[in-house]
Amino acid sequence: MSILVRMGEIQEAEEMIDISRAHIDSTLFQGDATLEFAERLAGMGAKVVVPTTLNVSGVDEMGWQEWAVPPEYAEKAHRQMLAYQSMGTEPTWTCAPYQVAQKPSFGEQIAWGESNAVCFANSVLGARTIQYPDLLDICAAITGRVPAVGLHLEEHRVGQVLLELVGIPEDLQRDDSFPPVLGHLLGTLASERVPVIDGLSVELSEDQLKALCAGSASAGSVNLFHIIGQTPEANTREEAFAGGEPVESHRVTLEDLAAVREELNSSDGETLEMVVLGSPHFSLAEFRTLAPLLEGKKRNAGVEFLVTSSRAMVALARDNGLLEPLEAFGGRVTVDTCILTTPMLYPETKRLMTNSAKYAYYSPGLLGVEVAFGNMADCVKSAVEGTVTVDRSRWEA
Amino acid sequence: MDTVIKGRALVEGEAAGLALWSDKPLSFWGGYDQNTGEIIDRRHPLSGKIGTNRVIAIPHTKGSSTTTAVLLESVRQGKAPAAVITTGVAAFLALASIVADELYGRNFPVVMVNEEDFERIESGQWVSINTGGVVEISPGPQSDSFS
Repeated sequence: MSILVRMGEIQEAEEMIDISRAHIDSTLFQGDATLEFAERLAGMGAKVVVPTTLNVSGVDEMGWQEWAVPPEYAEKAHRQMLAYQSMGTEPTWTCAPYQVAQKPSFGEQIAWGESNAVCFANSVLGARTIQYPDLLDICAAITGRVPAVGLHLEEHRVGQVLLELVGIPEDLQRDDSFPPVLGHLLGTLASERVPVIDGLSVELSEDQLKALCAGSASAGSVNLFHIIGQTPEANTREEAFAGGEPVESHRVTLEDLAAVREELNSSDGETLEMVVLGSPHFSLAEFRTLAPLLEGKKRNAGVEFLVTSSRAMVALARDNGLLEPLEAFGGRVTVDTCILTTPMLYPETKRLMTNSAKYAYYSPGLLGVEVAFGNMADCVKSAVEGTVTVDRSRWEA
Repeated sequence: MDTVIKGRALVEGEAAGLALWSDKPLSFWGGYDQNTGEIIDRRHPLSGKIGTNRVIAIPHTKGSSTTTAVLLESVRQGKAPAAVITTGVAAFLALASIVADELYGRNFPVVMVNEEDFERIESGQWVSINTGGVVEISPGPQSDSFS
């Protein structure tokens, strides 16, 4: 509680409020410090007082031995998992808790960590949370109280920056590579402000909204966006801006988006060692979309094909017969964690391809690899051919 | 002639070091290597610079919630910046410093300054942080690595 009060003072909060739910990002293992912090809390017998889900961990508890994870690292990361599990939390181990556990409801005050999940909870569900940093999220779950600041308060949820999309073809709006690109642009233009998107004629799917959140919260600090006519606090432009005017407006054309898309991919024709899908964690619907793309095909011997997801979603996919096509293709699944949060990649991996803006943004720095970006079908095709193969037709006027 | 700026101390403390300045926000997770102190966001202007014992000046953090954990581990390993200067209420940076103090008895000051004063800082200058959010800037040694 003392940490929360000190943070409240720094953020100049006038009061503390109750929360009814938490999502803990502190589960990411970053070295001895995060383990010591978790074990100190667990050792004091700390228990959460609200329903609390857990974000990805530092290790795939079931399958880390199949990859390059050093045993000493796995042991410590696993101890950190046990520490957070001992506090009465739900061991969901996923960065897409909104697809695995009960969704927060509109207007609910919650304390969530994990940038994409914060953005999804605020933007898509209309729940209220600031982006809780690691170490503070668990304090909020244990006390059930947080400083009333930022997006917890109505007045900070008003749109500020307008992005007006002009002439974006509907088949592109439906594509899985569209939201990551739009998200990357959104994060770059809005930075830490609240952007409002107008001009979409297709209703985005839950997985597309997830990808939009991940992209905008990686390239920038977007914790809340509005889409006119689609998200719950933006039925009209007037509602999104609370009757006011945007402080900044941008007109976004197909050409602009195509340029951002190129920024994420510069590897046409190059060989690749890996394709990885599932940041944020792959959903059942995504397994359903992927399965027919893999039918009757086999990955190139030089290309690993990996899907990162939660154990709950993988169990559902198995029950629905969606893992057989993946296994027949030569693909593998990792649960609980992802390529950015556990040192699982083989040193031979020099270039990976993904349809995730988040993987594309962070992989060069965290993993020291080159990244290629494409939609799911491009990723499958490239895994078969062994070289980066991208169909740009949707991005051309 | 030294320049003196009065900011707001989000986390109190005294420190000094060479400045690393950028007007682009940074996510420390995926942007700062806690084992080496290197800035590793390959899209960031400070990519490749070593932040250990430097006074890092950025407008605010962005991206990941794990920025705090990365900074905490960097303090444990002695790879943390000497101080951080921002223009916004840098809650993530302040929290990392507060928890580092609780766990290891070591921290780094975090000072918030206004945008005009922020623009007066340049990479390579010698920056001293004093209590009460007072920031003193002097020219610092000439070095190509900061140009």
